[in-house]
Amino acid sequence: MENFLPNKMRVCDTTGLPVCLEAERFIKLNAVAAVVSLLIGALAGITVALTRWEVVRFVSDLTYYRVLTFHGLNMLIFWIIFMEIAILYFAGTTLLKSRLASPALAWVGFILMAGGALAVNITILQGKGDVLMTSYPPLAADPVFYGGIVSFAVGTLIAVINFFLCIYIARRDRTYKGSVPLVVFGAIAAAIIAVLTLLHGAAIMVPTFLASLGIGWGSVSDIDPAVYRLVWWGLGHPSQQINVAAHVAVWYLLATLTTGARPLSQSVCRVAFVLYILFINLASAHHLLVDPGVSAEWKMWNTSYALYLAVLASMIHGFTVPASVEIAMRKKGFNEGLFGWLKAAPWKDPGFSAMFLSLFIFGFGGGVTGVTLGTHQINIIAHNTLRIPGHFHMTVAGGTSLAFMGLAYYVVPLIWRREYPVKALCRLQPYIFALGLSMMAIGMVAAGMHGAPRRTPLSGVEGAGPWLALLGIGGVVTFTGVLIFVLTTVVAVFFGKSNKGGPIEGWQDMERMKSNLALITSDWQPSKTGLKAKGTVALVLLFMAWFAVYYFANWKALADVWHVR
Amino acid sequence: MSITQPPADWCEPPHGAEKMWIGLSLVWCIVLSIAMPYWHLKGKQTSSGEAYKVAPGDFNTRTEKFVQATRTGTMEVTYPNRAPEKVPVCEPAPGSDIYLIGRAWRWYPVLKLKKGVEYRLHVSSLDFQHGLSVQGEQGLNMNFHVLPGYDHVLRITPTTTGEFTIICNEFCGGEHADMRGKIIVE
Repeated sequence: MENFLPNKMRVCDTTGLPVCLEAERFIKLNAVAAVVSLLIGALAGITVALTRWEVVRFVSDLTYYRVLTFHGLNMLIFWIIFMEIAILYFAGTTLLKSRLASPALAWVGFILMAGGALAVNITILQGKGDVLMTSYPPLAADPVFYGGIVSFAVGTLIAVINFFLCIYIARRDRTYKGSVPLVVFGAIAAAIIAVLTLLHGAAIMVPTFLASLGIGWGSVSDIDPAVYRLVWWGLGHPSQQINVAAHVAVWYLLATLTTGARPLSQSVCRVAFVLYILFINLASAHHLLVDPGVSAEWKMWNTSYALYLAVLASMIHGFTVPASVEIAMRKKGFNEGLFGWLKAAPWKDPGFSAMFLSLFIFGFGGGVTGVTLGTHQINIIAHNTLRIPGHFHMTVAGGTSLAFMGLAYYVVPLIWRREYPVKALCRLQPYIFALGLSMMAIGMVAAGMHGAPRRTPLSGVEGAGPWLALLGIGGVVTFTGVLIFVLTTVVAVFFGKSNKGGPIEGWQDMERMKSNLALITSDWQPSKTGLKAKGTVALVLLFMAWFAVYYFANWKALADVWHVR
Repeated sequence: MSITQPPADWCEPPHGAEKMWIGLSLVWCIVLSIAMPYWHLKGKQTSSGEAYKVAPGDFNTRTEKFVQATRTGTMEVTYPNRAPEKVPVCEPAPGSDIYLIGRAWRWYPVLKLKKGVEYRLHVSSLDFQHGLSVQGEQGLNMNFHVLPGYDHVLRITPTTTGEFTIICNEFCGGEHADMRGKIIVE
């Protein structure tokens, strides 16, 4: 049953899906805010990278801390969460053939988020928030800094509630039958984790905000730093799991759009999303592995069963996404040998290349390093070294940001109904970004293995120099990739060739797109094709071997340091 | 189908390669889970988190008492952007309780330890959060978190000799990058 209000719906000329115009407005608004945050965050990022490059030493120490605070908040929070809200509004309406639940709530949410982001950024640039993203007390910032974060979080919570209302009215109005599509399921998982995260955020940031105003605790320096760290990481880490759930949903979406893939087993994919919801919160303990006041037993319990069940979920998605692509490619006739399907994959489609590179960097880089760093005792040789940002640039920038960029190459033509300019450059963009990011992250991880600290402009350790140079050069390449993405996207949105009234031009040749569409619209099940994902099996076994080598090499490195209990 | 509704009978168990991979991943996760308790019992390095609440003033008093009792001289510690400073060198008895203060932006005092002997190192901060990061010869790299108000106790046994630099790897304000200290092991 349709539930659209009169004149508030259009039918997509490419997919035939109904698009709620109110939802479309908020997808656009949030996506624009996201891209603006990405641009200013990237300007801060290149400044940070060039400062860590020892021979360049771009800005003074104090400027470095200020810019680093700005970089962290704009990239990890504003760019990613604005984009996630855009994804929620898309998944909660178009994919369910339903309308936006409440435009009024969407406005309130957006204004609180945008206002909060603006307040935080202005406060940082004024020099009143030199506390880095984590704002660990007793370091204190201006009340506007904390107030801005609280406002952004409340706005996000309102948007997430609006998304749940979308699911509710779609169900009530029976706009779909049976179970929700997998991408919507992933979005719901992300939204549930978002609620848990934001409640933790409220539990720590609201009292901190009040303390900064002299209410309650008296002042920020009276807050117990251990309690703050414990609760703050209930915000800090699960917020990154929202990213993972969201970008995995985007992987499935892009795999379908670019190759016609469908999941091997729906139940496996869905259970894997549920594992994220259940376990990632406890796994936040891995930020406190060398902290005083929490016992070894507590650290091990929370980072073993909890962390590893979330890891299991990622390993499942890491298999099912490429395997579903492989089966789809084989079904389309690219059935030669082990890797014929991979060779014939649409590498010139930036939606596909971004998805696949994101998957690769997230798994081989971010995942393997993350599990290793999050191992209780190994953390002794890694805590607060550059290995930590090395890891999370591979998960958040290489994984989430790259997947979201890939998504944009489809969102702009489908939602703005405008085509990208200089398509050849767009096709190259995911490769430039992925290359730069990998160089940067390898530089960080290797410098961190030499003991180079994070959050410090001066490393002061021997042997890290060449790796810090790699970090700097990689930073320049990554920045180039971001700049190409932002410029082509802005030009496309404002001046791009309109495709209203017809299907999008797309990124592949007509024949390929037709065969993809045939797979998307026809009724088939991968398990009944008789095709085997042999290539993916080879890839995941390679992954497992690399994982084991890296993991045990770290135990070996730990065994060589001083004894400590 | 990932963007349209799944068929009514979507609930199917994994099979073939997918089943194998889930099994293999699960086994690996169990290996990872066992590794930590194993190392905690059999390995030589772990973070027990032993800590006691302490007022920064009291910790400062204890440390001063320790410095007066064990001081054997002074050492010139150099900083990247600041003039060198003379810092007391303490040579505590093997196996004793030893104290280290982190404060913006120096580590105090310099500790002179014996190789192969276990000490109870008490470390705390008088102001902000700090990162105790011991760096030195043969690539030594050990890191612990230091909080104001908490006496973090590390039962530590140096296994290599030389002069080691302590850097701070948690942001603690303006001259954070200059926060250095020394540990000497003979």
